[in-house]
Amino acid sequence: MCLSPSSQPSVEKIGSSLSKAVFRGGYMDILAFLTDGLLIGFVYGIAAMGLTLIWGVMNVINLSHGSIIALGMFALYFLFVSLGINPYIGVVLVAVLGLLLGMVIYAVAIHRVINAPHLSTLLATFAVNMIIIGLGTTAFSTSPRNVDFSLGSMSIGPVTILGTRAVAAIASVLITAALYYFLYRTTLGKYVRAVTDNRAAAELMGIPSARVLAFSFGLGTMLAAIAGGLIATFFPFTILSGTTYELKSFVIGVLGGVGNPLGALIGGLILGTFEGIIPYFLPTSWVPVLEFILFVVILLVRPTGLLGAKK
Amino acid sequence: MSLRNLRNPGLWITVLAVALLGLWPIVTQRASTREEIFTVMLSVVLASSLNILLGYTGYVSFGHIVFFGLGGYVGLYLIIVQGWSLWPSMIAGGLAAGLLALLLGQAILRLRGSYFALATIGINEAMRAFINNFEPFGGPTGLSLNFQTYNQYGGAANALWLIYYIVLILAVFNIFLSYIVKTSKFGLGLMAIREDEDAAEVMGVITPRSKTWAYVLSAILPGVVGVLFFFKNGNIEPPQAFRLHLSIELLVMVMLGGYGTVFGPLLGAVGYQRLRGLLLTSDLFKNIQLAVAGLLLLLIILFIPAGAVGWLRQRFPVVRRFIP
Repeated sequence: MCLSPSSQPSVEKIGSSLSKAVFRGGYMDILAFLTDGLLIGFVYGIAAMGLTLIWGVMNVINLSHGSIIALGMFALYFLFVSLGINPYIGVVLVAVLGLLLGMVIYAVAIHRVINAPHLSTLLATFAVNMIIIGLGTTAFSTSPRNVDFSLGSMSIGPVTILGTRAVAAIASVLITAALYYFLYRTTLGKYVRAVTDNRAAAELMGIPSARVLAFSFGLGTMLAAIAGGLIATFFPFTILSGTTYELKSFVIGVLGGVGNPLGALIGGLILGTFEGIIPYFLPTSWVPVLEFILFVVILLVRPTGLLGAKK
Repeated sequence: MSLRNLRNPGLWITVLAVALLGLWPIVTQRASTREEIFTVMLSVVLASSLNILLGYTGYVSFGHIVFFGLGGYVGLYLIIVQGWSLWPSMIAGGLAAGLLALLLGQAILRLRGSYFALATIGINEAMRAFINNFEPFGGPTGLSLNFQTYNQYGGAANALWLIYYIVLILAVFNIFLSYIVKTSKFGLGLMAIREDEDAAEVMGVITPRSKTWAYVLSAILPGVVGVLFFFKNGNIEPPQAFRLHLSIELLVMVMLGGYGTVFGPLLGAVGYQRLRGLLLTSDLFKNIQLAVAGLLLLLIILFIPAGAVGWLRQRFPVVRRFIP
């Protein structure tokens, strides 16, 4: 793109003013793209946080993550459309449902294989994914839904910010802070960290590790459901939409490192920015190519994540 | 591997099982039966191939379908754009898949456990997204075969039979391959890697090389059947070629039958496809077929993680001689 500063107005007046207009337009575009990407990045961060929390605590990659994100979207949709509940109060309810669902999933599908080779937990969570998608497709079909809700928008210079996205970004920051408070300032949070570090030792210290694991899994699915709920306020969705965000969560997981909530948030912002900037240089369809190449390369170079993790 | 291994009754029982199943549509000469068994045989080839990596070596590939898709694309490109005939295109498809595995193997096989599984998903998605943008392969619209092409093979009806025979031969060949690998010193090395990679290395298994060859071996035949499948299909598009879901169905088949056994993937493929057919045609389960399959998978993982064949072999040691 023509980013050369046109600082010499003396050379060819018409040409220079023309190139200046192009430059100005491009500049505005990139800022708008960037803001969009960045704001969505916050929500990606929350989704990824759910995945990496579970991954970090119990070394399980939750392949039902995407379907739980989709369930979060649908839960919010029904709370909003059928019961007329404000989406942001709806998100709180969705969070509670997500927590409970996760604890049930842990008890039914994961607890029995938590110490088995990783293939078992991968397939067990994938089986849960199949069950949710199968039932969801039957119940909701695959026609797109839309939460018709707007908070208006706000313009700062060339950049227009949609209200729903701004609120989602603020909510994401608050959720990250709350998660930190929980992990580092409460007894249960301490238990979670203890089980993460060494499950056997935690058990010997009298920590009920099975219940802590169930709760941690619930916490992870809660974050996934919240992310789904927030995404539902700005994009149309189907029961299959979760897959995209699950894949993004993997990418962010390896970007930000496993078991590191702030890393996940920053990873989300990086990915969002990336998605915002790439369409400026290349057709949008190249975004996933670069994303997944980045993903594989980071996995190879630094499997513990760019921002580092203990393991 | 010695010739004595080939005298094992279990190998011949397995081969006989595949052959009998494969001959059924040839005897009845019914196209509908042929289509049904074709799907089964395709699954047998894919699942047995995956088993070499998953079952013997213990590396979980979630994106194994990338080899099927890439093989299909390379083969169809050669047939449609370059005007090659089916045979060399088939071989080229297999080689392309093998080459991709060789290159990838150098890199991602260093990753262990879940990280490897994630990387394979990433590679499948990257490949799908890349082909979507790759103009020589038709981008998002893919490639379509001209119907006239089938005339070289005696018309469409004959071509379908021809493809069926090839897939059947490949399925039988794959059973031999699985068996030979399993009973060879190379296979022993792979299984040592599965049990404990560090210990295997200490005992003298050259792990990077063994793993890479296992990966290549498990990639070639999926590439070949990819060409056959899409040649039969008449066209190829990115979402069809790199369907992550199919990849995971293969894992289900291997787990259902019993991973690390020769007979297991065969039984798993037949069982899964039968079940799927039954669910799809029943009024009660038609819509929730995916959920029922998921529930079945969950029950297997939780209660019989060794799969049907693995369970039989553990429970009744006598059958080990007859079911490899």
